[in-house]
Amino acid sequence: MTNPLRNSIDHRLPRIAGPCGLVLFGVTGDLARKKVMPAIYDLANRGFLPPGFSLVGFARRDWVDEDFAQIVHDAVREHSRTPFREETWKQLSEGIRFVTGDLDDAAAYSELSRVVADLDLTRGTGGNHAFYLSIPPGLFPVVLEHLKSSGLAQDTPDSWRRVVVEKPFGHDLKSAQELNDLVGTVFETGSVFRIDHYLGKETVQNIMAVRFANAMFEPLWNGNYVDNVQITMAEDIGIGGRAGYYDGIGAARDVIQNHLLQLLALTAMEEPLNFNAAEVRAEKEKVLSAVRLPKDLSLHTTRGQYAQGWQGGIPVPGYLQEEGIDPNSITETFAAMRVDIDNRRWAGVPFYLRTGKRLGRRVTEVAVIFKRAPHLPFSVDSVQELGNNALVFRIQPDEGITVRFGSKVPDTSQIEVRDVTMDFQYGETFVESSPEAYERLILDVLIGDPPLFPRHVEVELGWKILDPVLEYWATQGQPDQYVSGGWGPHSQYDMLARDGRTWRRP
Amino acid sequence: MIRLEDTSGGAVAAAINAERRRIGSPATGMVLTLLILADEDTQADATDAAVATAHQHPMRIITLIPRPDARHTQLDAEIRVGGDDGPGEVAILRLRGELSNYPNSVAVPLLLPDTPVVAYWPGDSPAVPSESLIGRHAQRRITDSSSFSDPYEALRIRKAGYIPGDSDLAWARCTQWRSVLAAIFDAPMSNVHNIRVSGERNNPSVILMGAWLSQSLGASLETIWDDTIAISAVELDMDDGVLSITRVDQKTATIRRPGLADQQVSLPHRSTSALIAEELRRLDPDDMYGLVISKLDL
Repeated sequence: MTNPLRNSIDHRLPRIAGPCGLVLFGVTGDLARKKVMPAIYDLANRGFLPPGFSLVGFARRDWVDEDFAQIVHDAVREHSRTPFREETWKQLSEGIRFVTGDLDDAAAYSELSRVVADLDLTRGTGGNHAFYLSIPPGLFPVVLEHLKSSGLAQDTPDSWRRVVVEKPFGHDLKSAQELNDLVGTVFETGSVFRIDHYLGKETVQNIMAVRFANAMFEPLWNGNYVDNVQITMAEDIGIGGRAGYYDGIGAARDVIQNHLLQLLALTAMEEPLNFNAAEVRAEKEKVLSAVRLPKDLSLHTTRGQYAQGWQGGIPVPGYLQEEGIDPNSITETFAAMRVDIDNRRWAGVPFYLRTGKRLGRRVTEVAVIFKRAPHLPFSVDSVQELGNNALVFRIQPDEGITVRFGSKVPDTSQIEVRDVTMDFQYGETFVESSPEAYERLILDVLIGDPPLFPRHVEVELGWKILDPVLEYWATQGQPDQYVSGGWGPHSQYDMLARDGRTWRRP
Repeated sequence: MIRLEDTSGGAVAAAINAERRRIGSPATGMVLTLLILADEDTQADATDAAVATAHQHPMRIITLIPRPDARHTQLDAEIRVGGDDGPGEVAILRLRGELSNYPNSVAVPLLLPDTPVVAYWPGDSPAVPSESLIGRHAQRRITDSSSFSDPYEALRIRKAGYIPGDSDLAWARCTQWRSVLAAIFDAPMSNVHNIRVSGERNNPSVILMGAWLSQSLGASLETIWDDTIAISAVELDMDDGVLSITRVDQKTATIRRPGLADQQVSLPHRSTSALIAEELRRLDPDDMYGLVISKLDL
């Protein structure tokens, strides 16, 4: 049925979620408090949630609705992006409910069914509910089983039920397939939303916009002009309080398998027919299927562990000294690898992926490094300071695009060419602060818009690429130690030097 | 702030560039030029509202104040670049004497290259904005019908002179109400027979709101004037009862729907700068406004 008050020519009305509610499992976790709850408030504050929107918390706490509302309130006050407004809060808090119960308590799920049905009746949520599993993956089976047996997962022709899961989507191909099978027994493929928050970032979506909306980049976007591509995600923090999660997982599983391979896919994929979910995924899956690992992993991959040191002027412990970490752990906190893409566009162009913790600063970027001009009609002296041209997508922070090229230095007697940069800064041109990735993604879940969520095929392709590397590393003992606050182990430079290249300092 | 007396449009442009260079922030990333045509009574508020918007839309704001009363013909300028005004640039220009008839001659050298131009009349506006000296440079032309004492007369003029690219702040003031109503209608609704829109006497937003609803829902409309501010309530008679949205205070409204519990919804009165920010979000013609104003039965 079409809405008589919506008209495709009416651009002022925001894209807003229809009548619905969200059920949150794992209400006290970091993610729920720092990201999910604030994002819901920010959406409400920007007018993107329907008037009757309801938020139900489910946990083993002896709470009533008001206690949970207080938790949400505090999380919003502390972490929301937009200013706190009493009237928005009033609107949101009217729809907050809490259900007490163990995750394996059937009676609690009956109570949850009752609460959800009551919301449909009193607040007009229309039977549309999303279940956000902000809980460790080990608990998924029990929750999914109960959602199924209680009938909560059952949609109808007029209403939807969706499930939202966070990474990690397994820890290797086999476990990822098991997880997918499990979710698949309860929810249809189209109702499963996997959150890779990187895909919700404006700057990541902008990679596609820049590539496919412009005439001036795509002709150069191939092995004729591109020398190599460097994708870096550096964090300045250590593992913090996540020892339990991180040890045994490591940088490659935590970051390369999902974020960096998604960035690679968006950078390298062919133009999709359109931006429907199916078409974009088809192109991403194609390019991920063409990714090839180097034959000799010892030469083209490397890893490290951060050692004790100083980071930005503060003394920090090494990974092995972190609380809760096995002092003999071989988990890597830095990982770098070369991959190639076996297709006509990218043959011969290495893609270098690296990520690490406790590095110089927090930065994520995709740098497309071009070949040198085939001939330079200048004296050797004049182009000594000229490097390769580069186009850099700065994903975070300081979001934008940098183009690096050579320019004449003014006021010298001879021609002298030096690298200069041209910057586009998001913050300068579109000052309206970009929504947090979680705002975008939660809204997309509620609207039912799937392009920004990886499908299980992409997840499994990621593991297919990574599994052999992980298996190789598992046989190699202790990773190289690297000084905290720098750019990682020296072996990464050797890795590029073998190919006659160097890392760009991000 | 830089003051230039008895100057020219070109000299003002040069002064802005020199100031840019001096403070070391080149004018990159400016997204548009906003031309404000105002009198001394409206210029300060209009400029301030636009400046507040510059945090979202970095732009060059040119406020043109015709002063036909002045004896000497000359151009005086105040220029502000960067600083507390955000990333944008502001030039307030007084066009004295005969020059007041030629605002375009001053504006043209100040338009940023290859970026959109928007014109805004906070008070009096030309009958056909797109044909005015300033409006013909602008792809978007924003008027404010609420500055007229007779809203019907104001909207009649807007309707008669409408060219795609025109819009009006009285329409922007309806957006939040429209958004709430549209969200309610995302769920299946029964037939609407009658529409009642209540609001401030002489407020054109009340008329536009009613027109949009009756055009979209195909139901009869009754307009009820009261002594509130802007729109105060919308009621829809439907097969299964009455749906109403009633403003409770400056910031909230209550939604009453057949069969459902009452709901509070955030519906704050919005500042002029928030309205301008909404106007600048899209620079293509507002066809929905065009449809509503063209079919307006006055």
